[in-house]
Amino acid sequence: MTGPETGGTSRTEGEAPLPTPGGSDHPSDWPLWEVFVRPRRGLSHGHVGSLHAPDPQLALRNARDVYTRRGEGTSIWVVPSAAITASSPSEKDSYFDPAADKVYRHPTFYSVPAEAEQL
Amino acid sequence: MIEAEQSPAAFAASEHAGYVLALADDPLVLAQRCGEWIAAAPEIEEDIALANLGLDLLGQARLLLSHAAELEEQGRDEDDLAFFRDPAEFRNVLLCELPNGNFAVTMARMLLFSSYQLALYDRLRSSTDTALAGIAARAAKEVSYHRDHATQWVLRLGDGTRASSIRMQAAVEAVWPFLAELFEDGWLPDALVEAGIAVRPSDLEPGVRRYLSDVLTEATLAAPTLPAQRSQGSNTRASDAGGRHGLHTEHLAALLAELQSVARAHPGVRW
Repeated sequence: MTGPETGGTSRTEGEAPLPTPGGSDHPSDWPLWEVFVRPRRGLSHGHVGSLHAPDPQLALRNARDVYTRRGEGTSIWVVPSAAITASSPSEKDSYFDPAADKVYRHPTFYSVPAEAEQL
Repeated sequence: MIEAEQSPAAFAASEHAGYVLALADDPLVLAQRCGEWIAAAPEIEEDIALANLGLDLLGQARLLLSHAAELEEQGRDEDDLAFFRDPAEFRNVLLCELPNGNFAVTMARMLLFSSYQLALYDRLRSSTDTALAGIAARAAKEVSYHRDHATQWVLRLGDGTRASSIRMQAAVEAVWPFLAELFEDGWLPDALVEAGIAVRPSDLEPGVRRYLSDVLTEATLAAPTLPAQRSQGSNTRASDAGGRHGLHTEHLAALLAELQSVARAHPGVRW
């Protein structure tokens, strides 16, 4: 596939060209964003994935196009990936294993009233 | 359903169909241009965005083509109209058939066209052709997003780096000469406007130009200046040229050759 004519636009010597259809790839220097979508009948936003965007407004629009194009959501949050502090996989044992054998931490001995739908 | 049919002397059904066909050909052709960006956009996110825009436009074109086919009563359907007309039978404005150029040109064209289309669909919501009004009401929401998408990019490229600003300015100047055609009235029978079916294109011009001017100002871009008879209401000039009259640039034939190749190679094929 070859790029069509540029329709009379000028290109300055020595500058990186704006992309054209069929033009060559260029590396992305856009920051990464994490996307959270509240589903149609969901109560809270859930993480659905990540994307690249130059700023928050375009991140929101990109999220709309990438993650809600089949009507999945009613609300979107975008968060810079750099703003997220994550637990380290190497600390998995000290973080999570101690919970495994403490059955008393699970409220399995209570009966849940039928009226409490969202527990 | 269509009030105007009570006074059949005012205009022919073929004129009514011709109006809807012109409105259909614009998004049909521009949808193909959007599709050319698939797998070639600057980022995968923009790739999907342009595909979405194209699919919105294709959806509008399909509804309008089907409606035009019903109105003309020639036994044709949307596929016949899309795949088996030659370039001279297409009624789209030249703006829609221009090559994509670079990304700035694509966004400049989308800004101009979506601004026009949003104004058009907003008016057509109250068309006496209730089918057309229904299509317009649905499409206006889509086009509102198209205009926003293009606006966001024109603002960022126009008021971005020095290099992006130069290219965005060049892009606006490349598409600006094709703006006036959107507001030409000459091709549209007055009776269709008087019957409340059609919107007079020149009525849309002040609002659209005001919006474009606001965006260009905010993007720190200069509004292109054109010879007076082109930038002032084009309805005053003798205009029997242009896409609405079937006179196209050479770019349309190439676009249609690709669009129509499968349907013409295998007539009646289903997939």
